[in-house]
Amino acid sequence: MTDVRPMIEVRGARKFFGPLEVLKGIDFSVARGQIVAVIGPSGSGKSTLLRSINHLETLDGGEVWLDGVQVNQTLARRAFEKHINSVRQQMGMVFQHFNLFPHLSVAENIAIAPMKLKGMAKADARALALKMLDKVGLADKIDAFPARLSGGQKQRVAIARALAMQPKVMLFDEATSALDPELVDEVNLVMKQLAAEHMTMVIVTHEMRFAAEVADRVIFMADGAVVEEGKPDDLFRNPVQERTRSFLKKFLNG
Amino acid sequence: MQGLDFSIVPEYLPLIGKGLWWTVVISVVSALFSIVAGMGFALIVLYASPLVRYPVRLFMWLFMGTPLLLQLFLIYFGLVQIGIDIPALWSGIIGLSLHFAVYNADIFRAGIASLDKGQTEAARSLGFGAWQTRFYIVVPQALRNTVPAVGNMMIALLKESSIVSMIGIAELVHSAQLVISETYRPFEFYLTAAALYYVLNLILEAVLRGIERKVELSR
Repeated sequence: MTDVRPMIEVRGARKFFGPLEVLKGIDFSVARGQIVAVIGPSGSGKSTLLRSINHLETLDGGEVWLDGVQVNQTLARRAFEKHINSVRQQMGMVFQHFNLFPHLSVAENIAIAPMKLKGMAKADARALALKMLDKVGLADKIDAFPARLSGGQKQRVAIARALAMQPKVMLFDEATSALDPELVDEVNLVMKQLAAEHMTMVIVTHEMRFAAEVADRVIFMADGAVVEEGKPDDLFRNPVQERTRSFLKKFLNG
Repeated sequence: MQGLDFSIVPEYLPLIGKGLWWTVVISVVSALFSIVAGMGFALIVLYASPLVRYPVRLFMWLFMGTPLLLQLFLIYFGLVQIGIDIPALWSGIIGLSLHFAVYNADIFRAGIASLDKGQTEAARSLGFGAWQTRFYIVVPQALRNTVPAVGNMMIALLKESSIVSMIGIAELVHSAQLVISETYRPFEFYLTAAALYYVLNLILEAVLRGIERKVELSR
C-alpha cells in the first residue's frame, strides 16, 4: 500500500513582517519522495515559506505538518522547545551562506549533531561523517577546517551535515545563490544525486534550468502568494498566468 | 647619597621569588575565574529572565564604576562586619576575579552579539536546543573571537594584582616592600620587581600569541 499522507503540508500559511504581509495564506503539500522547486522574484516570500516549514520563521496563521505531525502546534514553552527540536532533527536545511561552524573541523561539523543529539559514540559519528563526505565527494577533506574550503565544498559539507541526521526531508534555501558560477554545478550534482535517491526536497532557487531538470513540481510565488504551480514542463513552457510569463521571460532571456 | 648597588639583590631573591610565586598564583586563578564568571555574566545579560538579568546588570554597573582597591577593602574589611570573614588571599582573588569578570563580560557580550545569526540558525535547524546551541556553537566561537581583547584584560590583571598587597598579601610588590624596609634600597628592589613583572608579561604575551595562532589556524 502506498502512503498517501503528504510528507510536508502547509495550510493557509500567513506571515507578517510588521505591517507587510509576506505570506498571504499559502497552501501546498509535498508527497513522500517528491521534489518541489519554489521560484519567484526576490521578496516574493519563498525563503520565508521555506523557513517556516522548520519553524525558523514563526507563522502568524496557518499550519505546517511534517509526516503527520504538526510542526507549529501550540504548546507550553518548554514542551514546544522539546517538540520543535525533535521535529527539526527530521528536517535537513541547507542555507545560502552555508553556515558551517568555523571553529569545528569538517568531521566535527557533521558529527556534532549525531553525537550530541542522538548520543552517537565519537568513533561511530566520525565513520558516519566519512560516509556522508564520501557521498558529496569530499572524503579527503574530513580533517580540514571550513575556512580552507571553497564555497562549493562548504555547501557540500553543509549538505553532508544535514544528511548525517538522516532527515525525512531536505530544505534548500537558495543553496547555490552565493556561489561563483563555476562552483554551482558541483552542488547541483549532489542535489541531483539526492533526487535520484528519492529524498523529499523543497528547493528554493533562482536557477530555472536546474529547477526544470530536477523538480517534480514547480511553484511560482509572487507577493506572498502562489501564482501558479505545475509540472516543470508545463510551467516553464506554457505558463498560464501573465505574472509567471513575464517573470520567466526576464529570466530565460536575461 | 647612596649609589645604585644591585649586588645586594641576589641575597633577597628567595623572598622576592616567593612574592613572584604568589603573584603568578593569584593572577592565574583570578584570570580563570574572571573568564568563567565573565562568560556567565554575558550569558545572563543576553539570555536570562529579567528577574536574574537586572540584578546582574546592576552589579556589573557598580563594579565598573568603582575602583578595584575600594572593592578589595569592601570584600576584606567590609564583609567581616556582616559576619562574612574571607581570608586575605581569597578576598584578593575574589576581588580581582569579579573586577575583571565585569570587563570580560562586556567583551564576551559584544563577541556573542557579533556572531552571524546563521550560526544559531544552522544549529537550531539541526535540532539543537537554545542552550545547547549556546554551549556548543556560540560560546566557543565567542571565546575564540575575543582572545585578543580578553588577553589585554589579562595583561592588565597581572599588573593590577599588585593592589592585593594593600590587604596584606605577600605578592611581588609586597615582598619588594618588605625587603626595602629591611635594606633601605627602594630603587634596586622596585626595579627588580618591575623587571620580574616585565618578564611575566613577556611570557603571558607569548602564551596569548600561541593561543591566537592556534585559533587562527582553524579559520
